[in-house]
Amino acid sequence: MRTAIRQVRGLGAAREGVGHWKLQRLTAIANAILILWFIVTAIGMAGEDYLAWRAWFAHPLAAAMMLLLVVSTFWHARLGVQVVIEDYVHHEGVKVAALTATTLVIFALGTVCVVSILKLAAGG
Amino acid sequence: MARASKSGDRARPLSPHLQIYRWWLTMALSIAHRVTGSALAVGLLLLTWWLVALAAGPESFATVQAVMHNPLGGLVLFGYTFVLFLHMANGIRHLVWDAGYGYDKEVARQSSQVVIGAAVGLTLLTWILIFIVG
Repeated sequence: MRTAIRQVRGLGAAREGVGHWKLQRLTAIANAILILWFIVTAIGMAGEDYLAWRAWFAHPLAAAMMLLLVVSTFWHARLGVQVVIEDYVHHEGVKVAALTATTLVIFALGTVCVVSILKLAAGG
Repeated sequence: MARASKSGDRARPLSPHLQIYRWWLTMALSIAHRVTGSALAVGLLLLTWWLVALAAGPESFATVQAVMHNPLGGLVLFGYTFVLFLHMANGIRHLVWDAGYGYDKEVARQSSQVVIGAAVGLTLLTWILIFIVG
């Protein structure tokens, strides 16, 4: 049951396996902080209208925190979805297609969020 | 991308899968972590919709608010906050495991109860406060 050394030689590890794991934890901690902050904010803003939210986003600190929240949550989602796909999609072609599609969608949506926040921050 | 050569092509004994095991709280929560994570990822569409609508103007934002204040929309938001708190609480449990603590069987069972209790409590607290403030 042993893999022949000639098959292993030259392939080896990519030496980046821990990077995914670390980033998942890093973004998890950032998510917890930023989302709790946003929930407290949302509670305080309950019942407020369009103009109140626009005024809230015009504050640089709020916009900066929202940008961090979007980057961290979308990044974390990308990493998590990758793990789920890699565990359950066994066909190599379908797996690569699914990873590519989800990555593109998550990056596109994240960029749309960032542009929206910048527009709100600029008061446009 | 190296694949497990020829051995993968033959019928080989498989390890028992989900339907074989008796359900435990720890196991259910482990599965729930993936399910809630996937749901939260899909839910990023809602965050995107909200941000775009707010940036687009008062009319589109009014549409989002109308959906949020509709009973079904409210139920989705309530469910989403529960899913969020469950994933967050269990995620913190995972971070504790990563640090090397809490692997004992009894401790793992108790921490799963704490996670569920925290998720229920935080969800209710959030919505009670929203109704008080709003």
